[in-house]
Amino acid sequence: MSNLEDLYREVILDHYRSPRNRGELATPPAIRVEGFNPLCGDEVVVYLLVDGDRLLDIKLTGHGCSISQSSSSLMSAAVKGKPLDQVRETIKKFKQLMTVHESSLETTSKPEVIDARTLGELAALQGVVKFPVRIKCAVLAWNTLSQALDEVSA
Amino acid sequence: MTSFNARRVRNDTPLFTRVINERPITYLDSAASSVPPRAVIEAMSRHYERRHANVHRGVYQTANESTHDYEHAREAIARFINAPGGANEIVFTKNATESFNLLAKSWRAANLQAGDVVLISEMEHHANIVPWFQLRDALGIEVRFIPVNDDFRLELSSIDELMKGVKLVSVTAMSNVLGTINPLKELAAVAHRHGALIAVDAAQSVGHSATNVAELDVDFFIFSAHKMLGPTGLGIFWTRQAILADMPPFLGGGGMIADVSTAGYVPAKGPTRFEAGTPPIAEAAGLGAAVLYLEGLGMDDVHEYERFLTEDALTRLEAEFDGRIRVIGPSNTFERGGVISLDVQGVHAHDVAQVLDQFGVCVRPGHHCAKPLMKRFNLSATARASYGPYSLVSDTDVLLEALSDAVKLFG
Repeated sequence: MSNLEDLYREVILDHYRSPRNRGELATPPAIRVEGFNPLCGDEVVVYLLVDGDRLLDIKLTGHGCSISQSSSSLMSAAVKGKPLDQVRETIKKFKQLMTVHESSLETTSKPEVIDARTLGELAALQGVVKFPVRIKCAVLAWNTLSQALDEVSA
Repeated sequence: MTSFNARRVRNDTPLFTRVINERPITYLDSAASSVPPRAVIEAMSRHYERRHANVHRGVYQTANESTHDYEHAREAIARFINAPGGANEIVFTKNATESFNLLAKSWRAANLQAGDVVLISEMEHHANIVPWFQLRDALGIEVRFIPVNDDFRLELSSIDELMKGVKLVSVTAMSNVLGTINPLKELAAVAHRHGALIAVDAAQSVGHSATNVAELDVDFFIFSAHKMLGPTGLGIFWTRQAILADMPPFLGGGGMIADVSTAGYVPAKGPTRFEAGTPPIAEAAGLGAAVLYLEGLGMDDVHEYERFLTEDALTRLEAEFDGRIRVIGPSNTFERGGVISLDVQGVHAHDVAQVLDQFGVCVRPGHHCAKPLMKRFNLSATARASYGPYSLVSDTDVLLEALSDAVKLFG
């Protein structure tokens, strides 16, 4: 069962049970973007309050599995209050973490190591790559955030 | 308990030798696709190894054998569902979904116009919803829904009211989410009393209980081969000969014509009019073998055996999980089939299925292509376990063990 423990780490279960930054923000001034996974019905709604080049506040609602919901919660904690370029950098790193490397499917070697210290608690989600069908759950909130940032800069 | 020999069925079914995560496979996803016995696989192999000819054209021996196998499957299906007009009423399609599209696109051409109503239900699979919405958008028909009540049954108290303006009733024989078995005979009588026809989505019922379309007095019967121990890629469409004769062709091409010239074409008569192009021949051979196999088991015995499995599972789920796991469907096993949708409080269906996979247990998480029904019960997903004639009580043992683990993990 070690694989399963790798997927459902304590940090993930904690964020699933007690999601951070859950709720809504008034729009405007905040913007609201929905993310949807039609295959499994997971849904994430991201509210962003941006001031200049800083992400002042973020709130999330939605429903879905422990991976999608904990990933949303971990994401919100990682990006709240951060400068936008740093937020974009975190998104990039996280998506890299979620990339399945061909080699990792064939051998037991780990995918290209991303310095976990730069990701903090987010590193808890790296077990997801061993379950390729669940990667879409983990990246749903991140894609939605990315889309929201594009709307802000547009 | 019946004397039904499920162990023998399992031994006949090669998939059950698979090992998943160091455990023998516990296949509980027959509602999505049933597992073919060796006889079906061998019939398909025999086609490719010994025949492999196209149907309805060649005069050489193997072509005749191919045609024989293909047409024999049509006869077998006609016998299996007791089609009053025999094989001439059986159309082969790609899957049950295509059969519904055939109904919506071909039958409607002469029978539906703007303002007419098609009455379906809240417990339908998307295959029996979307084609009607497409007609609504293209033609201006109305799509109306029979509600599902809190007992997971069709609410028929206002059915006469609902029937106003209805030209076609199209309902499932058995819900692929709830397991609910619907009163087809009663619904057929209601439809006919109001001058409407009735179509049935039998995908979930036909491989699990005896079927008699003549006795049910329904007008269209739709199902797929791979949910009755047959192969994927083959669907079935049945209607009475009188109705079929008036239906215009569906897809155009070779095989569906009586004549083609530079001036135009004349469609074939009979079921081949709806079978454009090379049909799924090996699959039909497999389906013929599946029918023989199911007839050998006896559909009444299959049904009673699966009822016993369901009764056992429902009783133990309630006893061992004390409300933590809710079954989304009727509790009376005489009114439902062996499809058990589970809502594990505090654990999402995808997480349930993920934990179960570690035990080699195959269940289906999600909305099961029945989103209006999920919405009706305020659910985004369930984990669905479903039985087949090869299922054993020991499968339920592993399911319960794995569910305990999921509950423990998520606290």
